[in-house]
Amino acid sequence: MSETRAVLAHHFESLEQQNEAAAIGMWAFLVQEVMFFGGLFTTYLVYRVLHPGAFAEGSAHLPVALGTANTAVLIGSSLTMALGVRAAQLGRGRQCALFLAATIVLAFAFLGVKGVEYAEKWEHGLIPGVRWSPEAGADARLNLFFALYFVMTGCHALHMLVGIVLMAIVAGRAWGGRYSRANFLGVECLGLYWHFVDLVWIFLFPLLYLLHGHRGGHS
Amino acid sequence: MSESGHVLPLRVYFAVFTALLAGTALTTWVATHDLGPWNDLVALSIAGTKATLVILYFMHVRYASRLIWIFSLAGFLWLMLFFVLILADYQTRVPVPGWAG
Repeated sequence: MSETRAVLAHHFESLEQQNEAAAIGMWAFLVQEVMFFGGLFTTYLVYRVLHPGAFAEGSAHLPVALGTANTAVLIGSSLTMALGVRAAQLGRGRQCALFLAATIVLAFAFLGVKGVEYAEKWEHGLIPGVRWSPEAGADARLNLFFALYFVMTGCHALHMLVGIVLMAIVAGRAWGGRYSRANFLGVECLGLYWHFVDLVWIFLFPLLYLLHGHRGGHS
Repeated sequence: MSESGHVLPLRVYFAVFTALLAGTALTTWVATHDLGPWNDLVALSIAGTKATLVILYFMHVRYASRLIWIFSLAGFLWLMLFFVLILADYQTRVPVPGWAG
């Protein structure tokens, strides 16, 4: 119980109440994040309804195999994060740190693949406003698809970079024994954030990579 | 609720992980078939199911308080409201003669 007393702030009645308050605060932040990405998804929705042909054509340029593999990598990182949170719940600080380190490795793998995809778009001149030279006969609105592709995956990748920095900090603390069975909120909130990043990709992947256009053998 | 909250057995995490991988494989496979307008519906249904699994088990919402349920649903409901109202506008626009919009 002395452990409980040490981590309970004086303005909370119980540890349970303190944990719940923190979780609700984190969820309020995540709802705000839903609104942030919601604006992008809404833009996607409207332009896709207006120009379905451009979106199918743009989607056909994206490598489905790499996208699928990356989805699996990100799901794997969500698993290692969930296991890290579980380790923290059980008071196993070092195990938690190792799971977070594994999550960081998977996150870098995802970003590496993303980098390969971006480089490919650079080569083919499919970056609106930066290097734009689509092949002759391309849909006049193709730039809309690729502008959204880069803004949406870019914002997602930025969230991952922030997550990697936070994971490094929290992993260091967990290794040093900062968390306990009574106080693992730092890990818990980080887990919520990382799973949210996974959620965004779960929707981005089919919406960007799997439109009708990719049927017909484009890798 | 104990001090450390609800600790789920490992098999729950591995089962959810397996289901998420299966969903990913399924959505990629379905996309190779031309189902017309159903492609989007199937893809979004699978994505929705995967998201629900992540929220309920990885994010522990299934075992969380009612207040957290309300927070997690609020974001989703607002987004749906946003989509519906935006489409109600764009889908009902008629071209105005002489207006290059």
